[in-house]
Amino acid sequence: MSKTLTAVFLMALVTYIPRALPIAVFKNKLKSRFLRSFLFYVPYAVLGAMTFPAILYSTGNVFASAAGMGAALILAYFEQGLMKVAIGAILAVYITGCLLH
Amino acid sequence: MATQMQIIAGKKQGFTEFCHGLRQGIPIALGYIPVSFTFGLMAVGGGIPVWTAILISMSNLTSAGQFAGTNLIIANAPLLEIGLTTFVINIRYMLMSLSLSQKITPGMALLKRCIMAFGITDETFAVASMEKGEITFNYFIGLVTCPYWGWALGTAMGALTSSVLPKAVQSCMGIALYAMFIALVVPAAKRSRAAFFVAAAAIGISSFFRWGPYANHISSGWSIIIATIIASFAGAVIYPKEEDELE
Repeated sequence: MSKTLTAVFLMALVTYIPRALPIAVFKNKLKSRFLRSFLFYVPYAVLGAMTFPAILYSTGNVFASAAGMGAALILAYFEQGLMKVAIGAILAVYITGCLLH
Repeated sequence: MATQMQIIAGKKQGFTEFCHGLRQGIPIALGYIPVSFTFGLMAVGGGIPVWTAILISMSNLTSAGQFAGTNLIIANAPLLEIGLTTFVINIRYMLMSLSLSQKITPGMALLKRCIMAFGITDETFAVASMEKGEITFNYFIGLVTCPYWGWALGTAMGALTSSVLPKAVQSCMGIALYAMFIALVVPAAKRSRAAFFVAAAAIGISSFFRWGPYANHISSGWSIIIATIIASFAGAVIYPKEEDELE
């Protein structure tokens, strides 16, 4: 339990530092175009790396997870918003799970 | 007497700015509630106590970072990995914080800057940076107020809902977080070739760490960090952004 609390504190700290450091310290813009581009791409890379292949092991059944992923991809492609995509994926996993049993 | 009048006028203007921000924050808060609701579901479904899930939302106030960190807590990952993964995900805030530092009231006190910094999220940043003129302390605090409490409230509702859901439904919830990541990245990848390339490269690298020869003993946290750095690096080399595109 105390390890969980330590982890929460650590997460809060490493979330706050990148927010606070530049606004507290920098008065001028970053000069390096490369560094600015690198930082710009970080969110896309993180989202990609976090999602796949971990999504396949997120429900205890690889096939149900793959179905959920397919549903999420289609809904996201048509820009249905976070909640709809999440609910659609959950439903696809649930239905596939029922069909497989 | 004159200075007293000025102080009163200043306070009145500050209050007006606060209210202006408060109004702009309402739609952000409404958007946050379903996301944090899903977070609460996911966290408690994974074995995190209800009050800890709420504490995470109130102390972190971020989506991807706290989702990933909480996922690693659930997977019982080492602290270094949790801290580093969360940090790498949040590196993007440095760009936003840097950009805001150019737009805030010049000469704002350090303490106020440090308080403001806590409220920087993708959405508050997007709204604040569209403001005409400089960003005042009062405006930004107003802007962040509703999203902050919306984030906490949604988490609490999701966490309490999760504990009454049956086990079979709870296991399906495991996919919710990843579905949300897909919902965030796919529309961006559709519009930008560079974003598509970077996300695809990161997926390729993380798949290699999972299935590739000799690489499968690397933990998921490190896999995310390494994939992110290589893919963003490649993106910056192949598709460097123009100055005005980064605003």
